[in-house]
Amino acid sequence: MARITAGVTTSHVPAIAATIDLGKQQQPYWAPIFKGFEFSRKWMAEHKPDVAILIYNDHASAFDATIFPTFAIGCADEFESADEGWGRRPVPVVKGNSDFACHIAQSLILSEFDMTVVNRMDVDHGLTVPLNLLFGDLKPEDQWPCEVIPFPINVVQYPPPTGKRCFALGRALRTAVESYPEDLRVVVFGTGGMSHQLQGTRAGLINREWDTKFLDGLTKDPIGLTKIPHLEYVREAGSEGIELVMWLAMRGALNDNVKEVYRFYHVPCSNTALGHIILENQP
Amino acid sequence: MSDKHLSPYLNEFEDIPGTLVFNTFRSRQGFNLNQFCMSLMKPENREKFKANEAEYLKPWKLTPEQTEAVLKRDYLKLMQNGGNIYFLAKIFSTDGFPYLVAVSTMTGMSQDEYSKMMLSGGRGIKGNRSKSNPSL
Repeated sequence: MARITAGVTTSHVPAIAATIDLGKQQQPYWAPIFKGFEFSRKWMAEHKPDVAILIYNDHASAFDATIFPTFAIGCADEFESADEGWGRRPVPVVKGNSDFACHIAQSLILSEFDMTVVNRMDVDHGLTVPLNLLFGDLKPEDQWPCEVIPFPINVVQYPPPTGKRCFALGRALRTAVESYPEDLRVVVFGTGGMSHQLQGTRAGLINREWDTKFLDGLTKDPIGLTKIPHLEYVREAGSEGIELVMWLAMRGALNDNVKEVYRFYHVPCSNTALGHIILENQP
Repeated sequence: MSDKHLSPYLNEFEDIPGTLVFNTFRSRQGFNLNQFCMSLMKPENREKFKANEAEYLKPWKLTPEQTEAVLKRDYLKLMQNGGNIYFLAKIFSTDGFPYLVAVSTMTGMSQDEYSKMMLSGGRGIKGNRSKSNPSL
């Protein structure tokens, strides 16, 4: 059967995409950020997942203002990088796993999570930046080393789903994965965050103390984190800090008992506090 | 947005200083504006827009305030008129500017001051939590 071996969370800041595409990783501003992922890239190369289920939010790329699906899953065979206003990113085409994704969609819907099934979409920086950070700065002619199932959650239009609901979705996702007959090693990504605000006169907000508590809680007390209301995310972590509910969807897909093998936190990455953690499932 | 429909859920966010939550009401208000932004995901549309911005905007039926704010790149006003940052990103990406530059224009700080604030750890949370209790 398929099984989830680990969870990874990371911010998905678009400026990281531009830095990679323009080859500026060694600039003094960016070098410490890429250094922070050296361990992670090595860990991922050794961990060798067959499939990554990548939870992220679409940033008005695949979905325009006509429709805001709360929970969606990409069931296509492949996904191209979106043109977000400066051309498509020069990264490999993302190869999906249609059969596995369709199985997950069915299982989740029968578990009463009413998914939107997406049969064609482009993927934006929310998905390709985490792939770069964990798998390397690959070129279009390369291949991502595993299949990827895009899993967009709405955090753009309020209300987004609650953290508690995302965590429960993660629980159902684990059941869906474990009911798939093929032997597949699966890593679940939760992306976005940490504290940042991209709008209004309070833009630039960073809250290191709150972020640190969230990172601690993610490993040791995720149930405690599910009690955080939207208001606290916005007040303490900024209007875009709400993306952290997606980390709880990842955490819900893991066992209660996990081993934190790596953590990285860096301010600033553009407007954002960049946070990253790797959790291995324990029996 | 109509005040009489401001639910207790949405009303709580009103206490957070300098913050506009993009709720379903603002999404309605900004629909045409945000759809215009989406059109800039095609290179040929970006070229048409750059060639004659005012003319390009006409069929999108923006309000006069939205039109003026697009032409002036007044991102704070665009947010106040139903725009959302991820949609508006298509405008500043067309202009060749990153988020950091566009976002800084909403704060009343210069780009240089804003960048320096970010390099020194970002805007602090103290005093920025609550309009009704600025000491928090």
